Amino acid sequence: MIKVPRRALNKLERAKMPEQDPLVRASNFVEVNEGLTPEQATVEAMRCLQCKTPTCIDGCPVNIQIDQFIDRVAHGDIRGAADVIRMDSLLPAICGRVCPQEAQCEGTCVLDKKNKPIAIGHLERYVADTVRRYGLEPPVEPIEPTGKSVAVVGSGPAGLACAADLAKSGHTVRIFEALHQPGGVLVYGIPEFRLPKDIVKSEINGLRALGVEVETNAIIGRTTTVEELLGEEGYDAVFVGVGAGLPRFLRVEGENFIGVYSANEFLTRVNLMGAYRDDAETPVLDLTGKRVVVFGGGNTAMDSARTPLRLGAAEVRVAYRRTESEMPARVEEIHHAMEEGVVFDFLVSPVELLGDEDGWLKGVRLQRMELGEPDDSGRRRPVPIEGDIYDLPADVAIVAIGNAPNPLLPATEPHLEQTRWGTLAVDEATGRTTMPGVFAGGDIVTGGATVILAMGAGRIAAASIERYLDAGIWDEQPATTSK
Amino acid sequence: MYRIAEADSIAPDVRRIVVEAPKIARKHRAGQFVIVRVTPNGERIPLTIAAADANAGLITLFVQAIGRTTTLMSELEAGDHLVDVAGPLGRASEIKDYGTAVVVGGGLGTAIAYPIACALADAGNRVIAIIGGRSREYVLLEDQLAAHGIEVIPCTDDGSYGRAGFVTAALADVIASEDVGVVFATGPVPMMGAVAEVTRPSGIETVASLNPIMVDGTGMCGGCRVEVGGETKFACVDGPEFDAHQVDFELLARRNTSYRAFESGRMDDLESLDGAHHEQLLADVRGACAAEPTR
Repeated sequence: MIKVPRRALNKLERAKMPEQDPLVRASNFVEVNEGLTPEQATVEAMRCLQCKTPTCIDGCPVNIQIDQFIDRVAHGDIRGAADVIRMDSLLPAICGRVCPQEAQCEGTCVLDKKNKPIAIGHLERYVADTVRRYGLEPPVEPIEPTGKSVAVVGSGPAGLACAADLAKSGHTVRIFEALHQPGGVLVYGIPEFRLPKDIVKSEINGLRALGVEVETNAIIGRTTTVEELLGEEGYDAVFVGVGAGLPRFLRVEGENFIGVYSANEFLTRVNLMGAYRDDAETPVLDLTGKRVVVFGGGNTAMDSARTPLRLGAAEVRVAYRRTESEMPARVEEIHHAMEEGVVFDFLVSPVELLGDEDGWLKGVRLQRMELGEPDDSGRRRPVPIEGDIYDLPADVAIVAIGNAPNPLLPATEPHLEQTRWGTLAVDEATGRTTMPGVFAGGDIVTGGATVILAMGAGRIAAASIERYLDAGIWDEQPATTSK
Repeated sequence: MYRIAEADSIAPDVRRIVVEAPKIARKHRAGQFVIVRVTPNGERIPLTIAAADANAGLITLFVQAIGRTTTLMSELEAGDHLVDVAGPLGRASEIKDYGTAVVVGGGLGTAIAYPIACALADAGNRVIAIIGGRSREYVLLEDQLAAHGIEVIPCTDDGSYGRAGFVTAALADVIASEDVGVVFATGPVPMMGAVAEVTRPSGIETVASLNPIMVDGTGMCGGCRVEVGGETKFACVDGPEFDAHQVDFELLARRNTSYRAFESGRMDDLESLDGAHHEQLLADVRGACAAEPTR
């Protein structure tokens, strides 16, 4: 490594991610972020202070040894950096792109105080992309089979992470996916321009190389039940990571006019079913020249706002009931959306959706809000300003206000206890459900959360599944502490 | 990949397709459906499971060539494959002893009514099936229903067969002369709405099997929203069967037109192909199915 005086490094700004020009990218589905150059990555890594007690690691839900991988990058040892990351995270190319770093590792970086935290997410992505591009992944070592088998239900981030850990320990793993393509929210929810599907495919192929089998069109609870997986199908344990796939609607008049989509439906049509391509067999409403309103303030709302621009919408507005600083979306997504021309209407809440006599949406009626006292989440609660209501014309409305747990699997498994929110009741430290041999993690346990938290839950469950498989006794499985 | 064991035509544009899907065959109960994809790039369409043979591992689907996907599917033969078949989805029909049960099927709706009628008969009901079609060749499954010991009243709009006129007229006569415990209505939306109006005055329990547009079929997208008793329900997980007296049929009919422009465009594409190109497309569908790594 070239010696550069610390003082000089301290003067450097945080690496800026090269990205497609906003005006160009707003009309294509190519990934917005182009990835750091090798020079940028090296300099950014050198900027890291290599703290004695790296606080960034505490901010990471899976506790990646961040200081160590960054040190390898600074020395040009990208393969070594990948090895460090791989000890704790199995999907770095995905997490580098979709983690809310500002609330996690970068938020706890000491340089955050100077407003220039190390771009840990960008570096993670750089390492993952580089080893993939140049085929630097270590060869798959033959693993001694344990003779035990685990069924993983759901192929989203929780299921993939759980499957990877179990397969590495030599267990036979089969993933069951309800849709026709594996990846869960990574393929049906997150758009191509934010997470290219080839990356998800290559991560899943990596699992296949470890011997993991993937069965699509397998709706556990219907096609096969959890009880059958443990019984006649002969699995020694089951992990349930089916996500939170039951979209919430607004519960206002007019939510069933044509042109009102859940974010799940809109994004599934475009992403999973490829409705943006000319040869698509699955339709999405023609958005050319149309006005779109998106309700919500999370990452899904940002995806739902930026996608219509790429489909030719004339105007896209995000209607959010609080202000920008309360938005749960990643800061980068909000900025990207603004750069691309998405308009934000803060402190408004829909009171009615308006339609024409043929049942098509023609507008939304909004109530202006102001921030009152903090609520349970610590954010100030939006309160209606009496009488301050106005109409906004709209051809399409996309509702991105979250998901309730999907009832399909829990409803068919009476032994799986649910909480009053419909999520699965589990022991947080181990992911154990109330049904012996069955573990769960991800959004079906927490309600709608993030990719990295789901991955973390999948890994916690994988560790306790291993202890259960070793001991063979459900009751005496030792409890552990949650990371 | 799911191999087609048998395929034949049972009416103009209506095909019976028997598919190898052992796990689904084992779990199927009357009233449930599957999601099917015909091409590797294809859309997901819901189709009612008309019959299932658990021992042979087969399910029977009826498909009417009305859109691009259903038209392509109709051209498949025994030995061809469907890319994806997922299910069984939806809640099963509530099958119990109602005394006398009437099943009303219109057009392809008779294929949806068929497994329900059989299950009702097996549960000890006296079952009357009122099945209608535009003309004689569109009256489906009469022999199969009769073979199951079900009394069949065929109706045709043009009077070319059976009773002339709509199924609702026949239904009105049946409920006037019989003590009917339940009515199941399956078919075009206006027909189901009309059936609900026939039984509303007498308050006979009436169940409609709704057919909204769907994508995933598992509750994930909410595209299949219907209003029942003023409440929004998802047909895929809350239905597909609902109390017909509470269903907003007008809304359902409107929502089903959402993609009419797209569909007709895609059909034009399909129809504008000359014979050789059409054959090529079909060969592509078959070839891609064969090449697609299995599950």
